[in-house]
Amino acid sequence: MEALTSLIGGFSVLADPMNIVYMFVGIALGVLIGVLPGLGGANGVAILLPLTFSMSPVSAIIMLSSIYWGALFGGAITSILFNIPGEPWSVATTFDGHPMAQKGKAGEALTGAFTGSFIGAFFAVLLITFLAPVIAKFALQFGPAEFFAVYLLTFCSFVGMGRESPFKVLAAMTLGFALAAVGIDTVTGQLRMTFGSVELLRGFDFLVAVIGLFGVGEILLTMEEGLAFKGKSAKINPKVVFQTWARLPAYWAGMLRSAIVGCWMGITPGGATPASFMSYGLAKKFSKNGKNFGKGELEGVVMPEVAAHAAGTSALLPMLTLGIPGSPTAAVLLGGLLIWGLQPGPLLFVEQKDFVWGLIASIYLGNIAGLIVVLTTVPLFAAILRIPFSVIAPIILVICAVGAYTVHNAGLDIAVMLVFGVVGYVFKKLDYPLAPLVLALVLGDMAESSFRQAMLVSQGHLSIFWSNPLVGSIVTLALVMLFWPAISAIKARMTKGTRHAAAE
Amino acid sequence: MSSDVEKTQKTVSNRTMDIVVALIFMALAVVVMADSWRVGARWAADGPQAGYFPFYIGLIMFIASVGTMVQNLITKTPDLTNFVDREPFMQVLKVLVPTIVYAVLITLIGIYVASVIFIAFFMWWLGKYKLPIILPVAIGVPLALFVMFEVWFLVPLPKGPLETAFGY
Repeated sequence: MEALTSLIGGFSVLADPMNIVYMFVGIALGVLIGVLPGLGGANGVAILLPLTFSMSPVSAIIMLSSIYWGALFGGAITSILFNIPGEPWSVATTFDGHPMAQKGKAGEALTGAFTGSFIGAFFAVLLITFLAPVIAKFALQFGPAEFFAVYLLTFCSFVGMGRESPFKVLAAMTLGFALAAVGIDTVTGQLRMTFGSVELLRGFDFLVAVIGLFGVGEILLTMEEGLAFKGKSAKINPKVVFQTWARLPAYWAGMLRSAIVGCWMGITPGGATPASFMSYGLAKKFSKNGKNFGKGELEGVVMPEVAAHAAGTSALLPMLTLGIPGSPTAAVLLGGLLIWGLQPGPLLFVEQKDFVWGLIASIYLGNIAGLIVVLTTVPLFAAILRIPFSVIAPIILVICAVGAYTVHNAGLDIAVMLVFGVVGYVFKKLDYPLAPLVLALVLGDMAESSFRQAMLVSQGHLSIFWSNPLVGSIVTLALVMLFWPAISAIKARMTKGTRHAAAE
Repeated sequence: MSSDVEKTQKTVSNRTMDIVVALIFMALAVVVMADSWRVGARWAADGPQAGYFPFYIGLIMFIASVGTMVQNLITKTPDLTNFVDREPFMQVLKVLVPTIVYAVLITLIGIYVASVIFIAFFMWWLGKYKLPIILPVAIGVPLALFVMFEVWFLVPLPKGPLETAFGY
């Protein structure tokens, strides 16, 4: 029960009242970010990251991760009341959430969604508490080849599990790697792809890219859709909350299933969005009320939220133990660790016990606090949404510009952010995924240096990636993932003759 | 199907955009590969050269984009739906162009004054608000940012002549 004693140590870190204040500030900001279009978990954290440079790393990660929890909660509010998913992972919540709101059951839908989120997160953090130390200990034996194999698996999973065309996933991903390579090569000191420009020496910062891709890009998309917020009013009172809670235990099996789906998708970089859709689909298939799904079924609200929050939370597991984030927001948090001078990866559990366990303890408290905050303040946040877009949009753009500038105190970064905004807009419209681009931009340097170190060890022979059973099986699994779209296409073609199933 | 309304909304099809973006990717991939080759993409006595890894990244990007393009060219069911209708596209430009001007203004007169002008213009032009509503928002938000960044967190933002006049 080493994990439990460490966890208790983590809670003692939280005893500092300032950390509790940061947690509540983070959650309130996070819900706000989740509610506003154009601001989401990833770019919200990216914008606020520079503000934490002067804080202690523990306080900073508590505040930033609380923003993440808040954003996960906040996405549900807009989905249910306005039928506008504030975050991609709450799209599935609109299917049943908004019909419920239209029937005047907004309070129940919101309570169900928030509680579902809480349960999903709780399941995931239990998993982190007991699994993370084990994985970290195991990963301490990893050499560069093993690390590169895990990176490879991460990126190949995007190809194998993504909805998008595998070619587009690869193109977006390699764009991220190429942008990450711009600047001074850390090994040889040579200049790469700077083309004589001094400004390019710094390379591309992924924080600026995230703010542009997710923030400005989202504003442009919202503008195109010409949104007019017409929402249902939110009434939550204790009676509705307790009545809804009384109905939830009946869904325990479905919730467990959704939590497992969510954790799996969060640890592998499938992410919260596919997890929520998958869990909704599974619930529809298995539920007694499956045919009522889409018309306002409480179960259809709870399940995707459980999965989304489980995925969002468990995305921190690979980030903490291996230094590989499972989601764009986790990637931004990882960038934060590097800026605060902490090296993510298994050594974190040995050298920075206070930091790791303080963070894990804050996930427990943060989600309890988050549940209380959202249940009590929904009307307030719903009122913010009634502010017209022509007022909100310029304010968000100003905040994005400030965020991009403060990363390096460079005016050019604001222009870079705008370019990424246009890229984000076009990519979204053409179904190029943004997550692999961001992850490649963050991990590019580390993936490259582990590859080069592995190559140095083996004197340039790729056989090092099959030199022991561990690395061999990871690499093989990665290659299966990479070629999965091709494999399944061939399989579909082979069965096509016998069955009349259309190949995807 | 070919009513006048739809004709005026026609811009480019998703298929055309897909091919254009794939071509841009291919051009980019060539740039990446060429520059990696320049710094050396082979095996030196002391290990892989600086361009070794990016060169293959460029190669994968090139192959993937060729894949996207070929897919769009040979498909029997091309996606000929409109990439963006004309009117929504104008809406997008109405946000993008002022934002570009705003980015230029920041470098000239500092972020605070530029933000006041940007928010005020946006609210007046797209929201058709009257001055009594515009002014508190347009001045209040940058002021709040000023207090938060310069005073509270001590993070300097770009400033212009006005702030200098106030002694910042």
